[in-house]
Amino acid sequence: MKLICSLFITFLKIGVFTFGGGYAMIALLENEFVEKKKWLEKSEFLDMVAVAESTPGPVAINSATYIGYKIAGFAGAAMSTLAVCIPSFFVIYGISLFFDQFLSLRWVSCAFRGIQVCVIYLILTAGLKMLKSIDKNTLNLTLLTLVMASMLCCSITAVSFSSVFYILICGAVGLVVFFLRKIRKGHGKTS
Amino acid sequence: MIYLRLFLNFLMIGALSFGGGYGMVSLVRETVLSNGWLTENEFLNFIAVSESTPGPLAVNMATFIGSTQGGILGSFAATLGVVLPSFLIILLIASALKNLIKYAPVNAFLSGVRPCVVAMILATALSMALSTLFGLTDLQAGFAPDLRSIAVFAMLGATHLICKKIRKTAPSPILMILFSAGLGILFWCIF
Repeated sequence: MKLICSLFITFLKIGVFTFGGGYAMIALLENEFVEKKKWLEKSEFLDMVAVAESTPGPVAINSATYIGYKIAGFAGAAMSTLAVCIPSFFVIYGISLFFDQFLSLRWVSCAFRGIQVCVIYLILTAGLKMLKSIDKNTLNLTLLTLVMASMLCCSITAVSFSSVFYILICGAVGLVVFFLRKIRKGHGKTS
Repeated sequence: MIYLRLFLNFLMIGALSFGGGYGMVSLVRETVLSNGWLTENEFLNFIAVSESTPGPLAVNMATFIGSTQGGILGSFAATLGVVLPSFLIILLIASALKNLIKYAPVNAFLSGVRPCVVAMILATALSMALSTLFGLTDLQAGFAPDLRSIAVFAMLGATHLICKKIRKTAPSPILMILFSAGLGILFWCIF
């Protein structure tokens, strides 16, 4: 019980102090659980990061659930996840109540015209940063170009085609390529 | 039934958004635009708010959109939806399928998804830039460049490059948001 309380408070603290999303939080988590509390080994922590990054959903939630489960089972996972969501939930809910009134101030609405441009810049730089970090092999570049071209065409011609399909199709292409390679390898061995 | 729609839409986003906060921007954008929950400008405003408040982007967006559409129950339904898939998948991995992300087919699926997510982020940024900077939402509607937005974008880009040259790191998102707010007041209220 004490363990779960301590998990809850730690994740509440992490939920309050992480600005800028999941990745900023990983350093904080490591400091808290590996160095200070020594609840996790360094290698366990790295496993956790790999899992959190390659499963769907926000990295923050994924790591809270994983660490909570490792330390205190199902109850630990539930409490950690709840704790990491609570601060955002109340802060944003509060903002949502006053945001329209806030925006109706003239200076604020001017400032937000500039901020809207900044957000596009932020998304673009995040995308470019990810582009730098992926392997530049033929498969990746082909998928990337096709998805981008098709998304831009759909957006310009106002055709609606959900991104969900792109994700599923690209995942399926990854699987097909994998099995084709396997088959080819199998043939190489038998002949 | 708005609560159910919020829950199901965010459940899908939670289950299919790979690659952390910005990875989900394109899915959320499509969802809110096609349901008429927010306009493009409101969506951009809100990403700026998420960036400058603590907590995971996904939870922030779900809470805000839920609250504007269905009050506190709406934000609860949307947040629950976005968190639930992560929670269940991670529980499964942490308890039973320890090596799930090490299985070759899972990796093959993810290797297809990775370039797709990068393409989605870049395409979303570009189509946002086309509509906000150049007034080009679709081909029929035509072309209406907004010089002030373009000027702000160019100044942000220049600041980014100068910062990278001098300090070797990109400027922090919050600083850029503040800077763009200043530019917004200067360009839209004063000139």
